[in-house]
Amino acid sequence: MEVTIIIGIIKSAIRLATPYLYASIGETLGQLSGVLNLGVDGVMLMGAFVAFYTVTQTGSLFLGLLAAILVGAVFGLLIAFINVTLKAEQGISGIGVYIFGLGLSSLLFRVLIGTVQTINGFSPLHIPLISKIPIFGEIFFQQNILVYGAFLLVPFTWFIINKTPLGLSIRAVGQHPEAADSLGVNIVRIRYLTVIVGGMLSGIAGASLSIALLNVFQQNLTNGMGFIAVALVYFGAWRPISVLAGALLFSTVNAIQIWIQVQGVNIPSDFTLMLPYIVTIIVLTAMAKRRVRPPKALNKPFERGE
Amino acid sequence: MNDRNFREILMELIPLAAFLLALTIGTMLIAMLGINPLIAYRSLIQGAFGSLNALADTVVKATPLLFVGLGICIAFRAGVLNIGGEGQLVLGALSATIFCLNFPDLPGWILIILSLSIGLLCGAFWAGIAGFLKAYFNVNEILSTIMLNYIAAYGMNYLLRGPIMDPLQIQLGSFIPQTARLSRMADLPRLIPTRLHFGTVIAIVFAILVYILLWRTTIGFRIRMVGQNIQASQASGVDVKKYMVLAFILSGALIGLGGAIEVIGVHHRIFTDGSVSGFTGSAGFNGIVAALFGQLHPIGTIPASFLLGALLTGANKMQRVVQIPSALIGALNGLIVLFVVGSEFIRRHQSKIMEKTAEVKDSCQIKQNKEKH
Amino acid sequence: MMKLKKFIFCIAITSLLVFSLAFGVNAEPFKVAFIMPSTINDFAWSQSMYDALMTIQEQMGKEEFQFDYSESMFVVADAAAAIRDYASEGYDLVIAHGSQYGSSLVEIAPDFPNTSFAWGSTANVFTDQGIKNIFAYEPLAEQGGFVNGVLAAKLSRSGVFGVIGPIETGDAKHYTEGFKAGIESVNPEAQVNVTWIGSYSDVALASEAAQTHMDAGADVLTGTSQMVVGAIGVAQQRGAYWFGYDVDQSTLAPQHVVSSVDVVWAVALKPMIEMIKKGEMGGKIFTLNLENGGLKIVVNEEALVGKTIEDIIEGKIMLR
Repeated sequence: MEVTIIIGIIKSAIRLATPYLYASIGETLGQLSGVLNLGVDGVMLMGAFVAFYTVTQTGSLFLGLLAAILVGAVFGLLIAFINVTLKAEQGISGIGVYIFGLGLSSLLFRVLIGTVQTINGFSPLHIPLISKIPIFGEIFFQQNILVYGAFLLVPFTWFIINKTPLGLSIRAVGQHPEAADSLGVNIVRIRYLTVIVGGMLSGIAGASLSIALLNVFQQNLTNGMGFIAVALVYFGAWRPISVLAGALLFSTVNAIQIWIQVQGVNIPSDFTLMLPYIVTIIVLTAMAKRRVRPPKALNKPFERGE
Repeated sequence: MNDRNFREILMELIPLAAFLLALTIGTMLIAMLGINPLIAYRSLIQGAFGSLNALADTVVKATPLLFVGLGICIAFRAGVLNIGGEGQLVLGALSATIFCLNFPDLPGWILIILSLSIGLLCGAFWAGIAGFLKAYFNVNEILSTIMLNYIAAYGMNYLLRGPIMDPLQIQLGSFIPQTARLSRMADLPRLIPTRLHFGTVIAIVFAILVYILLWRTTIGFRIRMVGQNIQASQASGVDVKKYMVLAFILSGALIGLGGAIEVIGVHHRIFTDGSVSGFTGSAGFNGIVAALFGQLHPIGTIPASFLLGALLTGANKMQRVVQIPSALIGALNGLIVLFVVGSEFIRRHQSKIMEKTAEVKDSCQIKQNKEKH
Repeated sequence: MMKLKKFIFCIAITSLLVFSLAFGVNAEPFKVAFIMPSTINDFAWSQSMYDALMTIQEQMGKEEFQFDYSESMFVVADAAAAIRDYASEGYDLVIAHGSQYGSSLVEIAPDFPNTSFAWGSTANVFTDQGIKNIFAYEPLAEQGGFVNGVLAAKLSRSGVFGVIGPIETGDAKHYTEGFKAGIESVNPEAQVNVTWIGSYSDVALASEAAQTHMDAGADVLTGTSQMVVGAIGVAQQRGAYWFGYDVDQSTLAPQHVVSSVDVVWAVALKPMIEMIKKGEMGGKIFTLNLENGGLKIVVNEEALVGKTIEDIIEGKIMLR
């Protein structure tokens, strides 16, 4: 009996963590190159809607996913243009993107679909053989494809950032843009790249909700998840593995607090709901001893000769 | 000289041009929905300025934006991003409400001053947590303030559905999440017989105070120095950590005060719909936008808040009159923010051009003078 | 010449007045303004009232009944501005559909004695404050919850039930308590687990709550507010029964949504409109319950017996 409880909680945590993972890793890339994007939630919503709508129109889940990636790229382009080329105040432009994405996705939903409906999204994909391993098989290898994608993304991103010249360029652009520039690195191109990829990942994050995990779209489906995703980037100190840890920590505590409520423990639900947020702050505070170095150029537009 | 003045004026108008450009795109969206954009925009303007009540509504909406904007000004000038406006507004509102509920018989002015002070202190405390964690534990403030927003919202839910729920609700059996109406002694006086209240005056006074603080006191100078260059500040002996925390505390104080004023000036009770912005109506986010539109200057934030308040109020009327989905209003708001924020580039570019032009002119002048001799 | 012009002018004006009076008296539609906290397609609270008003408009015709709406008025200050606006534009009835709007109505209603206001869910019409033009409406959610609970208890095999609610106030609280009572009346040993999600729109958390409920053994789920679409999805995916509230939710999962409590607002609105036409502007509380048809339990046959019928047809169940 106890084992099934733990299995249930971890599975829940993994599902909950998936959208955060995509969005956080995407934001990490952008921030490593020096661009802050607070509008992640807006892009997630657009990705979620476009994926959902495409599936209702074409019946193809992969087309839906593709659509979400495209929309995410378009928004990424917009964000890059505003933050990198127009050198806007990044914190504020992000909020603008959020408000715009929230409004546009709700408007399109209203005009194009109208009423709430469900679809048949990505269903759990059992990986042959390993999914039969007792306990671990059920927890980790019976999830749907977008969940696998999110977790595979972490080591992939780690590799790109730490073991490739591209990753080196990205980090250099974020830490010492003047030095990188003098060495011939195209700051603008790198930043556009990371932000567009970040947008694509945010789009996938939204799609993971609307066509995989929840199979529905509604106004404000994400309910602020994008902001938590940005917060998790700081928790993870711009390292993909730590971002994963943060997403899992937050989601696991969330899964546990739901379980606490279901069990009927006599704590007011409001306090259990607070737990993921409190725990995240406490854990981060406790880890304060390690030296955290944010990208020096984060949130600072680049001007040659400044 | 005239050319330069003309260009300066033009620069000030750039955000306005951006705003109008965004509205143009909005017009296309509205037209695509089959609605006459002229009627739509006319109702927007009417909603914001069309009558005494409309103007009052605009100002009432702008007041919390101004308080939050002022708080953001201080935070930004110190180089920190305070995204915790929602939570700090809640703390300010809650504490003021609880105080008023427990001491309803105090004489009016004392009740008002004390509850506003408590709201201010609690808002300061809430932001101070984030500041303290950042300065001494390296906890990024974007993370802590966002988390604290949720904690505050859930805390408010707990209180409103239990300990401070309106006894009338419990009696009637409807259990609406709100408190009792606060004692009338705590009502802020109205300025004219509309919803316009004294809190606006308090906000403007504080805007001036913030200006004085930031530009006319040592503390303010140091806050701005920390915001510009941390290494240089440390080198000159400024306790960076202390000033960072102070910036947060001051920021939260202003925002908390705004929350308290929303309660005793406008609603006279707290209610919620359960979400993070259930009581605040996203004033914590919109205030950030207002601060930016005001160029992060406390005095500039006054017209910026007013304009943003007008936009939001007018947009509601527009939705009513032409029956467009409220989502379109949201999209339009977002577009406006994006365009205005993006237009800063043009301003800075122009300003650089003007500087260069001035330099060239000056050096020509020097050359000419030299040649004359 | 001037005299002739003036004369024609006067005749014109008089005829215009007469005509407009004649048509005005007959063709003045009853105008309703509807203010809601979310949107007309939220599949819950706001939508159910919107649908009711649309139905009345269809039945009465646009010449007799018109309504305009204000969406996303979750900020009470905005709603207050809207209420005041509508009242000053001469609407006959302003519906402020949300329990947070009461305090605004108290302030505004006295300024517009010729406009009628209505709000809910509540049973407060402020007559003790001398206000005469506010109506209230209150669906007795606990009744609907009870019936759902009875049906749920009879269907469940595991005896474990999951409730997913927003915050423990208002209708959500009443519905949940009714549901629990309904279950207990059939099966005193049953286990009813309740989770509160903390907001009205966190679909992801509602979905996970549904998963956790089912992990704990629940084979029946229920809940209120617009985020339950996430939970309904889980019920569909994992094969649980769902009981709904506010609107008929069977369209989302036709094989799993057993019944929904449909709140028939017309039961309150129609007599309200009649009263206003006769000059009575407020003071009455309209309760919507099973007796007066204000609450209707919409049972979805397909979920109840569809599978069984299918099995018989496909030969999976042999009866002869």
